[in-house]
Amino acid sequence: MQIDLTEEQRLLRDTCREFADKELRPHAKKWDHEHRFPAEALKKAFELGLGGVAVSTEWGGAGMDNVAYALAIEEISRGCASTGVTLSVNNSLYCDPVAKYGTAEQKERFLTPYARGEKLGCFGLTEPQAGSDAAEQRTTAVKKGDVYLVNGTKNWITNGPVADGIVLFTMTDLSKGAKGITAFVLETSTPGFLRQKADDKLGICASPSCTIFFENMEVPASQRLGNEGDGFKIAMSTLDGGRIGIGAQAIGIGRAAFEEARDYSKIRKTFDVPISHHQAIQFMLADMATELDAARLLVLRAAWLKDQGVRHTRESSMAKLFASETAHRVADKAVQIHGGMGYSKEMDAERHFRDARITEIYEGTSEIQRVVISNLLFK
Amino acid sequence: MFEPSESQRLVRDTARNYAQAVLKRIAGDLDRESRFPAAQLAELAELGLMGVNVPEEYGGAAAGAVAHALAMKEIAQGCASTAVTMGVNNMVAETICRFGNEDQKKRYVPEITSGRFVAASFALSEPQSGSDAASLLTSARRDGTDYVLSGSKQWITSGDRAGVLIVWARTEAAADRPARGISAFLVEGGAKGLHAGRHEDKMGLRASSTVPLTLEDVRVPASAMLASPGDGFHIALSALDGGRIGIASQALGIATAALEESIQYAKDRRAFGKPIGDYQAIRFMLADVSTDLAAAQLLVLRGAALKEAGRAFTREASMAKVFTTERANRACDVAVQVHGGYGYISEFAVERHYRDVRVTTIYEGTSEVQRYVIAREVLK
Repeated sequence: MQIDLTEEQRLLRDTCREFADKELRPHAKKWDHEHRFPAEALKKAFELGLGGVAVSTEWGGAGMDNVAYALAIEEISRGCASTGVTLSVNNSLYCDPVAKYGTAEQKERFLTPYARGEKLGCFGLTEPQAGSDAAEQRTTAVKKGDVYLVNGTKNWITNGPVADGIVLFTMTDLSKGAKGITAFVLETSTPGFLRQKADDKLGICASPSCTIFFENMEVPASQRLGNEGDGFKIAMSTLDGGRIGIGAQAIGIGRAAFEEARDYSKIRKTFDVPISHHQAIQFMLADMATELDAARLLVLRAAWLKDQGVRHTRESSMAKLFASETAHRVADKAVQIHGGMGYSKEMDAERHFRDARITEIYEGTSEIQRVVISNLLFK
Repeated sequence: MFEPSESQRLVRDTARNYAQAVLKRIAGDLDRESRFPAAQLAELAELGLMGVNVPEEYGGAAAGAVAHALAMKEIAQGCASTAVTMGVNNMVAETICRFGNEDQKKRYVPEITSGRFVAASFALSEPQSGSDAASLLTSARRDGTDYVLSGSKQWITSGDRAGVLIVWARTEAAADRPARGISAFLVEGGAKGLHAGRHEDKMGLRASSTVPLTLEDVRVPASAMLASPGDGFHIALSALDGGRIGIASQALGIATAALEESIQYAKDRRAFGKPIGDYQAIRFMLADVSTDLAAAQLLVLRGAALKEAGRAFTREASMAKVFTTERANRACDVAVQVHGGYGYISEFAVERHYRDVRVTTIYEGTSEVQRYVIAREVLK
């Protein structure tokens, strides 16, 4: 049991914290209200190496470990949850599977520019009829010579409106169910790739997502990730990593909410004393701090296991489930501590409350995490 | 980062093997008969578990605070009553090692670690002084080269079995700063004037001994004082920081036992044509329990690792205790629910776990005191 971070992990965390304080926190409210994608700030984040934190330097990444990556996402999300998920998707859902399953040729074209942050990636798994039950894919890819002809619809695609590349899941054999799923990597400029207007969401409003139609889109067979039928395995193993990113994002949101509530409690007075003098408030803050610490330990453990190269499905699910539900609860308490001000768009508390809510839904709902955990429990 | 070391694993496995082979089998009987596990405690001493974090020169295993936490969890998984007795023994031995002089350490610590003293006690609480420990009233009056102790103590684990007790008493009636007038003394079991009252009839932990004590002019030499006059409160709080990790580990052990029994039961018990473990209602409850316990384990290990590194860990110990004990209570409640009617009868261990775990949010600092400590730290 070693409690300290490495020099490198600490350095990245501190750099991200400083960056978030300077470049994200002061603007996050505005971006949220205006539903504006913070392209400029992202560019600066990419300059810090946040495009591919755990991608090897050989392929344009920062070459750090997943613990460092989780710490970075937490810090970024504390500044702006939307930016947090934009980065998490590029790192975990796009770069990670390309690095793991891509050929050298694919990596050259589809990994290096993304890990460097010159381009942005997204992940196309969810469909209108296939969310938690991801094996119910209806987007088809039919092989015609050395290309595949892709038709179908994906939705809730985070980064979809702005992404340059996509890791896309399709059915190459509908009769085989999960075993008929095949993954591709391609540019969003491919003819037949039709993005729809951005979704209007409850929270993470500065992170654009959209529905995408594929109409007779031709994808060369050389852009297939892995073999035909490997798609489901690729998707699930990718999500094991993605859940670490979302767990970290949730903690970042929760921490922002906690810190603001703590600071507010010291200046807001009721009955002649700062409300932080009332046990009702103190104990809420104590529980928030405790649960956030527990959540971070779960997330870092999952990241650490990923770094050891061992299976971490259960630990990732636990981390994501616990961190996201904690973030929700913490953000709720933060609104409560702020009272009426917590309900006002003047303060950040209400944004954290809206932003936190998604973490229990995307990259596997809380219910799916419980399915994963209990399946392993009952094995 | 998150894996125990080789030597920590060794201590954990030693405790696990003993708990599973011996304690688990007899825990139900010990509970029903309110029988103090004297023989088992002696065996734990032989295994080196009565001074896990005590230097070797005093008979300890010198395995550190993390190993101690792991061992406590394993023992509690077998028998929670045995675990709390072991936990208090370790806490007393550690406290003497930390604050005692050489004579005191040589005289008492090897007795505890070897098992020659079946138990040791930590006599802080009083009938009117629990969470507010600084309000204690037991007095220590100087009389020549001696101190004479008078007063009452309450909820003293192993109080009638202890070879040595750390007794907190007031050497000064400081009205303004009550904590500063408190000193700690080493009192030997059987000392003249030290009377143990009747065993408390408790909801759980029925195989551990809990008694009130009366000190009727108990005379001890001045050399029986731990550290200096007025150091008592600091000694108590610092011992409790460590103790809280021990109690959190105990709660984790009880809850882990409850979870494992629930999984097994859910596989065996059928309803509407299939095992109840096939229903999401049951599976999700247990998924939450196992997630909570994983988080709790990490909080406990973090607290223990900080302690082992000699760093500040007050806040982390309180977080570990409040989180673990409350989630462990929930875990045992879920276990009873999963067992249905069978969870309510003493033939099944979960009924005992449910009673045993309840005290963990109370002793060695209630959840409310933990929240007070954490809030003070986060609002600094």
